[in-house]
Amino acid sequence: MDTIVQVEGLRKTYGATVAVDEVSFEVREGEIFGMVGPNGAGKTTTIECLEGLRKPDRGTIRVLGLDPQREGQTLRERTGMQLQQSNLPERMKVWEALDLYASFYPKAADWKELLAQLGLEEKRNTPFSKLSGGQKQRLFIALALLPNPQLVFLDELTTGLDPQARQATWDLVRKVRSKGKTIMLTTHFMEEAERLCDRVAILDHGRIVALGTPEALIRGLGADERVVFSLDSTLPAGFEKALTRAAVEVQGERVVVHGKDGRKIPLVSEVVSLLTGQGIPFRDLRTEQPTLEDVFLSLTGREIKD
Amino acid sequence: MKSLLKMTWMEAKLFLREPVGAFFTLVFPLMMLFLFGSIYGNEPTPMFGGHGTIDISIPAYTAMIIATTGLMAITITMATYRENGILRRLRTTPVSPLVVLAAQVIVVFAMTSLGMLLLIVAGKLVYHVRFEGNAFSVLIGFVLSSLSFFGLGFILAGLMPTARTAQVVGMVLLYPMLFLSGAGFPRELLPDAIKKVSAFLPLTYVVNLLRGLWIGETWSQHTTDAIVLAALLVVGVLISIKTFRWE
Repeated sequence: MDTIVQVEGLRKTYGATVAVDEVSFEVREGEIFGMVGPNGAGKTTTIECLEGLRKPDRGTIRVLGLDPQREGQTLRERTGMQLQQSNLPERMKVWEALDLYASFYPKAADWKELLAQLGLEEKRNTPFSKLSGGQKQRLFIALALLPNPQLVFLDELTTGLDPQARQATWDLVRKVRSKGKTIMLTTHFMEEAERLCDRVAILDHGRIVALGTPEALIRGLGADERVVFSLDSTLPAGFEKALTRAAVEVQGERVVVHGKDGRKIPLVSEVVSLLTGQGIPFRDLRTEQPTLEDVFLSLTGREIKD
Repeated sequence: MKSLLKMTWMEAKLFLREPVGAFFTLVFPLMMLFLFGSIYGNEPTPMFGGHGTIDISIPAYTAMIIATTGLMAITITMATYRENGILRRLRTTPVSPLVVLAAQVIVVFAMTSLGMLLLIVAGKLVYHVRFEGNAFSVLIGFVLSSLSFFGLGFILAGLMPTARTAQVVGMVLLYPMLFLSGAGFPRELLPDAIKKVSAFLPLTYVVNLLRGLWIGETWSQHTTDAIVLAALLVVGVLISIKTFRWE
């Protein structure tokens, strides 16, 4: 697999503030690579250095083999960029924006097709200011796809969208990737990173604190799988001993079973068969898996906040 | 080239969709023309050296349009584009900043010309306006005046921190200037004390130059006006290049 983006020892300061330090990573062809972390972690600074919008103090960057500072023009012809803060003139209509931006690229995609692909056909004649947040983001994705890019940058794509629009946007991003494009995105939603990205880099205070597939990062936590249920009666003594490699915690009528590493049978089937075998009535049983959120918590000791 | 054409066409549409800007550039000067025309008519009077009120009002109102488009249209558009991240979005594309600036200048110049053209047509049809100048001279004077004021607009947009301040400062400069420079109504009607103030207003030089050329005076009679406006243009271009920023 080819390397599309290569970053080594990136550092960027604003005055006395170090925004990004010692950041190194690679993005491979065809993957969705995410940078995740709280606001101010340095995600946008990093992505804007890659886009050539900011000049790094130190470090080397190659995007599609190009140096974003010296070969910015070529880079902008070959990549699609969606920015965290940007707008179009209020009275510009959807089709006009696509038609105008298409004229900037030597080999632009057919914007009428993009209009259909992104479900914006009905909004064709709507002025930018009358679009909903989700529609604006779809238009920005369409603009980012106009150059027929090999690589698309998406910065905080779903911030400010309601859950439904966010889901729809994720589907779109997956669709774009299935067309063979590489995607590099930033988000401060751990769930988004976990569900959408093939690999993630977790940033905190300008440094990468973890990098890998979401599954590997979660597995690396060694955190246990949990089964949670409620009881009307009390739990019979010896319940914990009857389970293999598990610990039981009782909180009122709620019971939490922690499975430990190296189990052979899934914890949930063992718990359910034991409960039914002993004829103990239970309700609201569910399993809880550790998430990237837990990874961030264990690495930084803090919870990520919106 | 294709992007310049598209961008220019787009900016022209956006200009006309902004009702306030289009009104003050195209409609308001005509309203002034008909208002003063209906009061004074266009009979030659000694106060205006044997010219009629409308004869001398057309170049003066043209100066008014130039001041409005330069100080309002250019300033507000550029400052808003920067503040709202419209320039930021453009910066992620291969398009050159020169295309963005050129499209803006072309469109605002075209609208300013259209405003003047409407005045001339209405003046001819309704008030049989007399034109004693050289059309080519007037055209050059018009281009010089317009570009100088556009430069002023770019300076404001570049120096002011926000779109809102740019707009307010533009207005504060524009309105007194319209009344004191002889653009809004003839300077002959102003008291002497105020006439002295007008020497400090750039718009005064536009009014002098255009009114003079319109009634057949020559460039050699207006070297001061030409020099002031040319200097303003040079300063405008230099400062706007220096202060241009994408965000």
